[in-house]
Amino acid sequence: MIPASFDYEVAESAEHAVSLLAEHGDEAKLLAGGHSLIPMMRFRLATPTVLVDVGRLDDLRYINSDNGTVSIGALTRHSELEHSALLAESAPLLASVAALVGDPSVRHRGTLGGTLAHADPASDLPAAVLALGGTIVARGPGGDREIAATDFFAGYFESALADDEMIVEVRVAASAGGWNYQKFNRRAQDWAIVGVAVAEEGAGVSLVNMGSTPVRASAVEAAVAAGASAADAAAVAAEGLQPPSDLNADADYRRHLARVFTERALKAAGVA
Amino acid sequence: MTMTDDPATHMGSHRLRREDPALLTGEAQFIDDMSLHGEIWVGIVRSTEAHATILGVDGSAALEIDGVTEVLSGADLAPLWGEGALPCAWPVTDDMRNPAHLPVATSIAKYVGDAVAVVLADSRYAAADGAAAVSVDYDPLPAVVDIEAAVAEGAPLVHEDLGTNESYTWPLIPDPDAVDEAFANAAVVVGERYVQQRLIPAPMEPRGVIAAPGVANGELTLYSATQIPHILKVMTAVTLGIPEHKIRVVAPSVGGGFGCKLNVYAEEILCCALAMDRGVPVRWTESRSEAATATIQGRGQVQHIELAADANGKVQAVRVKLLADMGAYLQLVTPGVPLLGGFLYHGCYDIAHYSFECTSVFTNKTPTDAYRGAGRPEATYAIERAMDSLAVAVGVTPEEIRSRNFIAADAFPYESCAGLIFDSGDYQAVLDKAVEMADLQSVRAEQARRRADGSNRQIGVGFSSYVEMCGLAPSRVLASLNYGAGGWEAATVRVLPTAKVQVITGSTPHGQGHETSWSMIVADKLGIDPDDIEVLHSDTAISPTGLDTYGSRSLSVGGTAVFMATDKVLDKARLIAAHQLEANEDDLEYVDGAFQVKGTPTAAVPFAAIAFAAFTAHDLPDGMEPNLEAHVTYDPPNFTFPNGTHIAVVEVDTDTGNVDIVDYVAVDDCGNQVNPMIVEGQVHGGVLQGAAQALYEDAVYNEDGQIVTVNLGDYLVPSAAEAPIYRVASHVTPSPTNPMGVKGIGEAGTIAATPAVINAVVDALRPTGVTDVTMPASPQTVWRAINEAQGGAS
Repeated sequence: MIPASFDYEVAESAEHAVSLLAEHGDEAKLLAGGHSLIPMMRFRLATPTVLVDVGRLDDLRYINSDNGTVSIGALTRHSELEHSALLAESAPLLASVAALVGDPSVRHRGTLGGTLAHADPASDLPAAVLALGGTIVARGPGGDREIAATDFFAGYFESALADDEMIVEVRVAASAGGWNYQKFNRRAQDWAIVGVAVAEEGAGVSLVNMGSTPVRASAVEAAVAAGASAADAAAVAAEGLQPPSDLNADADYRRHLARVFTERALKAAGVA
Repeated sequence: MTMTDDPATHMGSHRLRREDPALLTGEAQFIDDMSLHGEIWVGIVRSTEAHATILGVDGSAALEIDGVTEVLSGADLAPLWGEGALPCAWPVTDDMRNPAHLPVATSIAKYVGDAVAVVLADSRYAAADGAAAVSVDYDPLPAVVDIEAAVAEGAPLVHEDLGTNESYTWPLIPDPDAVDEAFANAAVVVGERYVQQRLIPAPMEPRGVIAAPGVANGELTLYSATQIPHILKVMTAVTLGIPEHKIRVVAPSVGGGFGCKLNVYAEEILCCALAMDRGVPVRWTESRSEAATATIQGRGQVQHIELAADANGKVQAVRVKLLADMGAYLQLVTPGVPLLGGFLYHGCYDIAHYSFECTSVFTNKTPTDAYRGAGRPEATYAIERAMDSLAVAVGVTPEEIRSRNFIAADAFPYESCAGLIFDSGDYQAVLDKAVEMADLQSVRAEQARRRADGSNRQIGVGFSSYVEMCGLAPSRVLASLNYGAGGWEAATVRVLPTAKVQVITGSTPHGQGHETSWSMIVADKLGIDPDDIEVLHSDTAISPTGLDTYGSRSLSVGGTAVFMATDKVLDKARLIAAHQLEANEDDLEYVDGAFQVKGTPTAAVPFAAIAFAAFTAHDLPDGMEPNLEAHVTYDPPNFTFPNGTHIAVVEVDTDTGNVDIVDYVAVDDCGNQVNPMIVEGQVHGGVLQGAAQALYEDAVYNEDGQIVTVNLGDYLVPSAAEAPIYRVASHVTPSPTNPMGVKGIGEAGTIAATPAVINAVVDALRPTGVTDVTMPASPQTVWRAINEAQGGAS
């Protein structure tokens, strides 16, 4: 429970953070809300030698809507998503999912950019961004680039970000279609054992903790598009997936849960 | 004495706790908040093997870390304690096997977490880095993990030299023939096997120790996050050979214990030995992950219970065979824990014949010891689960089977088949109240509707009627159980010159609110404001005599001592008042904080005047000593027997196996209540802790003896968000055992809740064919139970 020693740098701007990352290479980690990184450091599962604190970049805390696109600054806190009137209007799935992350102290510190960059397959918001077909804007030494959420999650705690890139913005299309998020866990503050995010009446469906990354349930989306019932579409929710086994659930039970909660989420999102 | 919400008295009122402002603002000082000049930190290298020969300890890499000063193996440290092993104070049988338990293992590591080497460093960080850098060469030995496998023929041995994994067998069978006859003649026999999983106590504050030597005079001050500074003082003296009068033990603010701080731990003895040897303060703070293996665990039993009943479900005999997991060593009261339940397997029922036998077994796991309820939750679980099975077998409701078997209200004092004298109670009235509060008719109607609909949200109702033995304990009874100490408690009430009062208690609060409750007791008796009373405790220099806090004993034993010491102060005050009034003491009465001649308020001496007179000693009765102070040591004549009925209503999602507690009713009889707010708090926390065993918590070991639940992400302590909405009530039958008529409430909720919740889960699943669910009833476990009962794939 005692982290290894590390150096600490405070970024004055996103550009400054990127230059510090370029300087320190893969020994450096960005520190935003810290509610994933610090526990991992305390367990010594992560031992960065330099922390670059981006937590004071308040210019990256915003939620805007323009021409049907919602843009969210990377340092926007979960609690800000949760309580945003704009988001409740134009991307209610994100607001609703944000309200279920961890506990109040996590939600007041944790950031949207941080949880995406962390790429934990058991986290809620990455799956929601995936279901919404979002876009992640990464800033590096050469400027900004856009990465589709479907291309962003590369592996277990791995993203498409280069060592010297940071997320500055997340964009999702304003969405008014039926949506729902089902989170199954033991305690309110825990990660999902299985989660299911549904956007646009089943046009976007993604699963939490059903593989090494948040996964898009393409077979379910296709079934819904072909007019399948919620029950029939949910039956293929776990198809082709290799979910993890842990103390809460082995892989078979997880597949079962994925089917149960996909059906519930689809129904709640308006799929008959 | 009144015990109501009468504003004229404090007892019986919901007075806010005086402890809380300091706790809530962070002002309270816990061990880890302290700092002593020149202190050094201990980091402990813990075995990563469940059972292994230690071939070597290599500290060279650790010594290169900045701040690490020494790396010491168990062999290096052995001269510090010589033969002095960690104490077990409860040798329950004369032939109990008790292997020598050194603070740091020298040759064989016996469980994951067993201390095998020590790092000394100038900071906590360096100590942690150093401990991580020490390399230990192990030669693994076969590990004994499962207790039923441990007693099988040819099982590997935890302690090779003992020749067996059994520590002791303890029978309580007053009339074996009568038991056999009852079973032979029974119309209905129910036989069940239950597993009590191991639990990790997980108080908010892990343990911590600072040992500070007084080099000039050979003194030692031990600061420890402990429930038992008094017992720890004696045991440290005995274990390390330090003269007892040179040792002072201080428990600062202690963040909960639940029994796990009722012990004498390796780290306490280690820090003391090093401090005396090196002449500097030596300290250690436990991390949360460390606590999963370095602090004792609770429960860990396999229970076989049989009931012999007539055709109406009236139980004639109960027969219990218990296997109890001791872990690798016997800690302070490890072997006694099953015995505390061993008298109560007949529950609150009038059962004529009793047979209990416990075999206790060593395993390559962390030692077990007292954990909230200690033996009594296990006993209550077994009898309450079995009573529900009997109800099904006889074809009556759970409440009816209980009513047919309750000890009758007019049977008290009641001599139980296990040989205890139950003090008071009205078990049927308690159950009736709980049934009424739970609105059972509506709940059962809804249950029937959902069963008929084949709903995927099934409702279940679970009962738990419990009785516990508290107020530990009459010293002579402890003697008969081979316990190594008495069960009395001490108190001093000291009136200061300005009529402020100090109460010095031998009880050691670590969250219970004794400062508030004790001040209320004394305030009512003296007719003064509770805020004019200071309650001092938990420092053997201030409170030299005591036996500390555990087993729901503080109010009924320690509080009674305070009550009686206050009476003695009043007796002396009366003599002073009589002298000043030139009246006969028998003609005086104490009204509103003043002695007056009966019926003559104009001739009165207020308490403040008596206090000052006692201090100046200018005009006291001939031969009277100055000052107003009394000391009482109270040895209870009997246990107290709190009891109650709890009803849990759960909803089970049969698609996922998830269990929600949708209603929880608790009706408890803890006798008279000093502060009902504190009573409710104990019930709330206790119920959640009991429900946690039912649904969430499990110290999981794999077959190699590796523990896999070492942090609070994997070990599921429920939070406030998981707590049910409690509906709490009481039914008071004052205990005749002590003058306040109190019984104790510290463990009741934990004892009652576990079987109430599991009985409810089983009741909900009855349409699926499930008759038992193992604990914790996690969603996956419940889902599999449903699948298996329905013959489907698991």
